[in-house]
Amino acid sequence: MTATMRSQAAATVCELFARDDRIAVVLSEISVEHFGPAFAHDPRRIVNVGIMEPTMVGVAAGFAMEGFHPVAHTISPFLAERALEQVKLDLGNQELGATLIGTGGSFDYGVEGTTHHAPGDVQAMLTIPGMRVLVPGHPDEVDALLRTTVGDGALTYMRLQVVHNPEPVAAAAGEVRPLRSAGSAAVLAIGPMLGRVLEATADMDVSVLYTATAAPIDAQALRAAAGDAPRLITVEPFHEGTLAAQVVAALADRPAQFEFVGVPRRLVREYGSPQEHDRALGLDAAGLRQRIAGALA
Amino acid sequence: MDRQEIVRLAALATGDEKHEASSYSTLDVLAVLYGEVLRVDPARPGWPERDRFILSKGHGPAAFYAVLCRRGFFPESWLPGFMTWGSPLGGHPDRTLVPGVEASTGSLGHGLALAVGTALALRARDVQEPRVVVLTGDAELNEGSNWESILLAPQLGLDNLTLVVVDNHSSSLLLTPLDGKLGAFGWDARTVPGRDHAALRDALGRRPSDAPGAVVADVPVDPE
Repeated sequence: MTATMRSQAAATVCELFARDDRIAVVLSEISVEHFGPAFAHDPRRIVNVGIMEPTMVGVAAGFAMEGFHPVAHTISPFLAERALEQVKLDLGNQELGATLIGTGGSFDYGVEGTTHHAPGDVQAMLTIPGMRVLVPGHPDEVDALLRTTVGDGALTYMRLQVVHNPEPVAAAAGEVRPLRSAGSAAVLAIGPMLGRVLEATADMDVSVLYTATAAPIDAQALRAAAGDAPRLITVEPFHEGTLAAQVVAALADRPAQFEFVGVPRRLVREYGSPQEHDRALGLDAAGLRQRIAGALA
Repeated sequence: MDRQEIVRLAALATGDEKHEASSYSTLDVLAVLYGEVLRVDPARPGWPERDRFILSKGHGPAAFYAVLCRRGFFPESWLPGFMTWGSPLGGHPDRTLVPGVEASTGSLGHGLALAVGTALALRARDVQEPRVVVLTGDAELNEGSNWESILLAPQLGLDNLTLVVVDNHSSSLLLTPLDGKLGAFGWDARTVPGRDHAALRDALGRRPSDAPGAVVADVPVDPE
């Protein structure tokens, strides 16, 4: 069976858990079935607290206060929004490291309706000083990013979605990687938007940059890749403009034009699959092509 | 720990606008905990074998600062700076600024989950002796997050965890009988007079087996 980003995250965490006894895992009912190897290996370091996301984060912080590196995981809106104060105070304000893995970004649970939508999760997490936000675009990237970040002492939010790119990119945490150089405009694709950006811009005279890190953006790499007078179109899998402050600040030393393409900031009432939401919101390849072409016009 | 000495030290810190009533409601519990119950070492605030104390009810920390000062975690000269610019002693305790403070608290309803995680972490390390003691107020228990942990801790069998509820009858909502409610969730709970040091010593010194302990310290409504 092909791995999803969510199943890969669990598999990688279980492997890291087995070889590093500083890692603790705290779950809130979601994905418990994926963590069987960790429960079998050492049930003292992994706990399913039930459906209580604020407590999940608080318990994770308690582990961190004792020197563990906790990994906490549940569905994105209930982690990044319901438990945001616990993330802010119990982890952020106490300067504790942890890896928070949210699954179900934007409209993964689109058939469930607005209560399960999470296009604002990254913006919420970015209110916390020092928060690192990873947005991998492929299961292989999930694996690589977890291996290089879990236990490094930073507070990290990893955002997972159902739809991923056809191919992985070896982009390290914090890296902005140029994939195609052409023209005077550049498109910065974030995480799972890359596959459709490449498809949408296949015959366009634009550069394509990629990053699996939403924060902190590697400003130096972005400056180097964007050129002297860039027209930069950032394609985000979450609310459009979430990364605007970082991107604009990175290019503050030169004249530049910006466009932010992502999930529109409006309430979405329709029920449907992530793909149906993408199509309706102009975030599939055809929609992106239209929006990027419009920005270049 | 001499009560009058703690009152004197707390008075160095407190003023009219500094949560005085809230601070003094916890004074006796804190004096007994830090004087006779908790195993802590001011020379080694991070001593692995220490007991962990979390003041979940982080507001009104003057009495907390007073007992930490009395135990020698920081000098008396810090106390008059309470809640002023440049002082490490803020209106809510900050673990990054004050030796002996295990957790930064202030927003109500956070400390109990932190304590559950800490107790789990100690158990994961096979550290048997240290206890985790967390103090909440009765009104703080209005916060629903507390009840998540009150449901959770007994089911995890956290016998290294003790919840102290300082009940100064400040909750607008009826909570009585608190010990009965906690007992129904599986806590080994009892109520004691919150100013009676001997009773507090006995209750706080107990360590139930197979269940977390809870001590409701019933204190008078009016501040001193």
